[in-house]
Amino acid sequence: MDITILFYLIPSLFMFCCGLYGFITRRNMIAILISLELMLNAVDINFTVFNRFLFPGQLEGMFFSLFAIGLAAAETALAIAIIINVFRVSENIDVADVTKMKN
Amino acid sequence: MESVGSFIAYVIITAVIVVCSVLAVTTRKILRAATYLLFTLFATAAYYFQLDYEFLGAVQIAVYAGGIVVLFVFSILLTSHPGDNSAKLASKKRLLGLLGALAMLGVAGYSLVSRTEFLTARASGSNPDMQLIGETLLGTGHAQYMLPFEAISVLLLACIIGGVVIARKNH
Amino acid sequence: MSPVIPLLILLIPLGMFLLLGLLGHKMSHRMAGVLGTAGMGVTAVLAYITAFTYFFSGNPDFVDADTHVRLQALIFNHDWLAFTEKLVIRLGFLLDPISALLLVVITTISFMVHLYSNGYMRDHHGVWETGFQRFYAFLSLFSFSMLGLVVATNIFQMYIFWELVGASSYLLIGFYYTKPSAVSASKKAFIVTRFADLGFLIGILVLSFYTGTFNFTDLTSTEVAAGVYQINEGTAEGIKNIFATSAAPVFMGGSVLTWALVLIFMGGMGKSAMMPLHIWLPDAMEGPTPVSALIHAATMVVAGVYLVARLFPLYLMETVALDIIVVVGALTAFYAAMVACTQIDIKRVLAFSTISQIAFMMVSLGVARPEFHHGLGYMAGMFHLFTHAMFKALLFLCAGALIHAIGSNDYTAMHGLRKHMPITHITFLIGCLAIAGIIPFAGFFSKDEILTATMGHSIFWYIWMSAVAGLTAFYMFRLYYLIFWWKEHKVPEGHHAPHDQPWTMTLPLVILAVVSCLAGFVPMGNLVTWNGHEMFENVNFFTNLAALDWSVAGISLAVAIAAIVLATVMYKKENPLPAKFKNALPALWDWCHHRFYWDELYQFITHKIIFGCISKPIAWFDRQIVDGTMNGLAAVTNKLSWAIRGFQSGRIQMYVWWYLIGVVVLAAVTMICVL
Repeated sequence: MDITILFYLIPSLFMFCCGLYGFITRRNMIAILISLELMLNAVDINFTVFNRFLFPGQLEGMFFSLFAIGLAAAETALAIAIIINVFRVSENIDVADVTKMKN
Repeated sequence: MESVGSFIAYVIITAVIVVCSVLAVTTRKILRAATYLLFTLFATAAYYFQLDYEFLGAVQIAVYAGGIVVLFVFSILLTSHPGDNSAKLASKKRLLGLLGALAMLGVAGYSLVSRTEFLTARASGSNPDMQLIGETLLGTGHAQYMLPFEAISVLLLACIIGGVVIARKNH
Repeated sequence: MSPVIPLLILLIPLGMFLLLGLLGHKMSHRMAGVLGTAGMGVTAVLAYITAFTYFFSGNPDFVDADTHVRLQALIFNHDWLAFTEKLVIRLGFLLDPISALLLVVITTISFMVHLYSNGYMRDHHGVWETGFQRFYAFLSLFSFSMLGLVVATNIFQMYIFWELVGASSYLLIGFYYTKPSAVSASKKAFIVTRFADLGFLIGILVLSFYTGTFNFTDLTSTEVAAGVYQINEGTAEGIKNIFATSAAPVFMGGSVLTWALVLIFMGGMGKSAMMPLHIWLPDAMEGPTPVSALIHAATMVVAGVYLVARLFPLYLMETVALDIIVVVGALTAFYAAMVACTQIDIKRVLAFSTISQIAFMMVSLGVARPEFHHGLGYMAGMFHLFTHAMFKALLFLCAGALIHAIGSNDYTAMHGLRKHMPITHITFLIGCLAIAGIIPFAGFFSKDEILTATMGHSIFWYIWMSAVAGLTAFYMFRLYYLIFWWKEHKVPEGHHAPHDQPWTMTLPLVILAVVSCLAGFVPMGNLVTWNGHEMFENVNFFTNLAALDWSVAGISLAVAIAAIVLATVMYKKENPLPAKFKNALPALWDWCHHRFYWDELYQFITHKIIFGCISKPIAWFDRQIVDGTMNGLAAVTNKLSWAIRGFQSGRIQMYVWWYLIGVVVLAAVTMICVL
C-alpha cells in the first residue's frame, strides 16, 4: 500500500479542524490555547510533508516547522504568563469574563 | 511500496492523532485535554520520524512535548482546582463550532482530494544529517537561516523577559 | 510731478485708519480726535498742492503747451494683478480736471467733518461718545477709499474702491449698532448699493470684454472721441475702432456699448440714490450727522455722477444711455423735491434735497453734448458737484449743530431758534440761499449753468428742472422758517436754553459758509471741461458774472425768489395756511409724506414676491430634497452601524467564527470559479 501525500494531509487537516472547533467552543483560556497548539501543529505537519514529498532536495519546509515550533514555544510562554496574571486579578480564566484590560 | 510494518505504524499513529485531537478539544477536564495534546504531539513527532526528519522529531518532543506541555500542566495546576469540570457547553455554541469546523473540513478536504497530482508524489530523499542542518541554520548564504535564527533567539529572549514581567506579582 | 505727494494723499488716511483702528482704544479720546483731524488736515493741504500744481503750474505733463488742452496724467500706475498679458489690474493715480477737483472737495469736506466731529461726538457735559476712536478710524477709512476711487486709473480700481466706500458707508451708518433702526438702515444701504453694483460689475465686464482694456486713459482718450482707438499694449489688433468692436454687436435692441454703459450707470444709480434705487439714502440718516454730511451729502453719493463724468466720452458715443440718464435724473429730481416738502425730520429733508440735487447733476451730464457750448452740461454738472458739496455739507453740519443742541431730529421741537443760535442761524441761511440759487451764492452759478445746458438740449426738461429748482427753494426755506422762526422757542422746564456749539463745531460752519458764498466765482469753465479745452476766453474770477446768460439766470432767479416769498408767507409766522394746503390736497400730501410708498413697494416685492414665490420653494427644496438626501444617507449609515455593531463584540471566538466564514466562502467561490 502506497502512502501518498494525502495520507498525511488528511489527518493534519482533521487535526486543524479539531483545533478550530476547540478554539470556537472552549471557554477556558488554557483550553483555547491547547486548541491553538493543535492548529499550529497541523500546519507544521503540512510544511514537513510538502517538503518531503514535493521538494525532497531542499530543507525549507523543515526549517519552517522548526521556527514555528520555536515561535509556538515563545507564544505559549507569553500567553500563559498573561493567563496567570488574569487569574491572579479575577480568580477566573473564562474568556467571556475577561472584558477589561485594566482592573 | 512501503513495507507493511511502516504502514501499520502509520495507521496506528494516524489513529492516535485523530482520536487524541478529538478528545483534546472535547474533554471537560482540562488536565486531560493537556494530556491528549501531549499524545497528539508525540504522534506528530512519530510522523516526523517516519518521514525521516529525525532532528525535527527530536525538537518536537523536546520543545513541544517536553517544554510547552509542561508549561500547560503547570499553569493548569496553578489556575484550577483538581476535579473541576468545565461547564457543559451550550448546544448552540457547540453546533456553531461544529458547523465551522466541518465547513472548513469540507472545503479544504475537497480542494485536497480534487488535486489528483498530489497522489503521484512519492516521498523521497533521506534524513538530513546534523552537519547539513547546522550549516543551513547558521549559514548566511542562499536558503540558509542565520537571520531568522538570530531573530527568533531575540524573540525568545524578549518572551522570557516579557513573561517574567507579566507574571510577576505587583508590589 | 513726483509721485510722493499723491502717494501720501492715499497713504495718510490709510495709515490713520490702521493706527486708530488698531491702537485707538489704547489712546485717549482727545488724542484720537486730534490725530485723525491732523492727518486729514495734512492730506487736505497735500491735495490742494496737487490740484494747484495740476491746474496752474503749466507743467507739460498736465497742459499741452501749444493748445492749452488739459491732459490726463498718470502719476503712477502699478501692475497689481497681472493675470494675462491683456488682463492686468493696476493700481495708480490718475490726475485730470475732475479727479483734481474731487480731491479738493473730498479732503476739504473730510477735514471739516473731522474737525466738527471733535465737538459733535460728545455730549453737553463733555462726555465722549462710545466708540469715538472707532468713528475716527472709519472716517479715515472712508476718506482713503473715496480718494482712491476718484484717482483710479482704471475701471477695476474704481470698482474696488467703490466697494470700499460702500463698506465704510455701511460701517458708519451702523455706527450706533445698538440701535435697531441704525442696523437695519446700514443693511438696507449695503444691500441696495450691492444690488446696483451687480449691474456695475456686469457693465465693467461687458465693456472690457469688447474693448480689451480697463484703463480710463484708453477708454476716454481723444482718439476714442474720434472713433479710432489704439490699445496701449500694442497688441496684434493694433488700431481698433471702438465703435466697430463694442457698438456693433447688438443685444436685445441695443448695442453692446449701450448695454455696458447703462449697466455701469446702474451702479451709479445705486450709489447716487437715483430712483428707483434711492430708498437707502433717507434711512442712511441714522448714522451720525457728520457722516451724513461727509458721505451721504458731499462725497460718496456723488460717486455715481463722477462715474458718468469719468466715462463721459464713451457715453457721448451712445447718446441713448445719456437720454436714459436725463429721464432718470429728471424724475428723481422732481420726486425727491416733492417728498422733501412734506418731511418732518430735518435730516430727511436734507437727504431728499441731496437726492434731488444729485439728480440735477445727472441731468446736467445727460444733456451735455459737444455741439452745445462745448459740452457745457458736463462742466455744469461738475461745478454743481463742487458747490453742492460745500453748501450741503454746511447744511448738514448746521443740522448736526441743531440736533446736538435740541436732542431731536424733529423740527417741531426747534421753532424759533434764531435768537438762541445766531451763528448756526446765519450759516444755515447762507446754505439755504446757496441751494435755492440766489445770486451771488454758490448754487446760483452752478444751477444756472445746468439750466442753460438743459435748455440747449430740450425746452421740456428745462421747464421741468426750473420747476424743481423752484421747489428746492421752497422746501429749503420752509425748513429754514420752521426751524428758526414760526414761533418763539419754548425751553422745556429744567433745561438750559439751546446755544451755539463749541468752536470745533462752529468753525467748520463758518468756513463752509464763506466757501459757499465764494465758490460760485471759481472759473470752472476754464478748469473742468469734458475734453480739457478751455471753454471761455479770458475769463477770470471776477468776470464770471458778465459771462452769464441773463435770460436763463433771470428766470431761475425769479422762480427762486417767488418760491422763497411763498415759503415766507406760509411759514414765517405760525398760521393756518400750511394746514389748509394739506387739507386741500390730502392725497398728494399723503403720497409725498410717505415718499410715494416706494418703501412699501419694495417691501411688497421682496417679501411677498421674492420671498414668497421664489425663496420659499427654494428653501423647501433645500430642506427637503438636498438636506433630506444627506440626512437620509446619514440615517441609513447610522442604522446600518447600529445593526452591525454587534460584530465588534470583543469576543475573540466570534471573530474567529466570522473569519472562518469569510475564509470558507472565499475558498468556495474560488473553487467554483476555477472548476
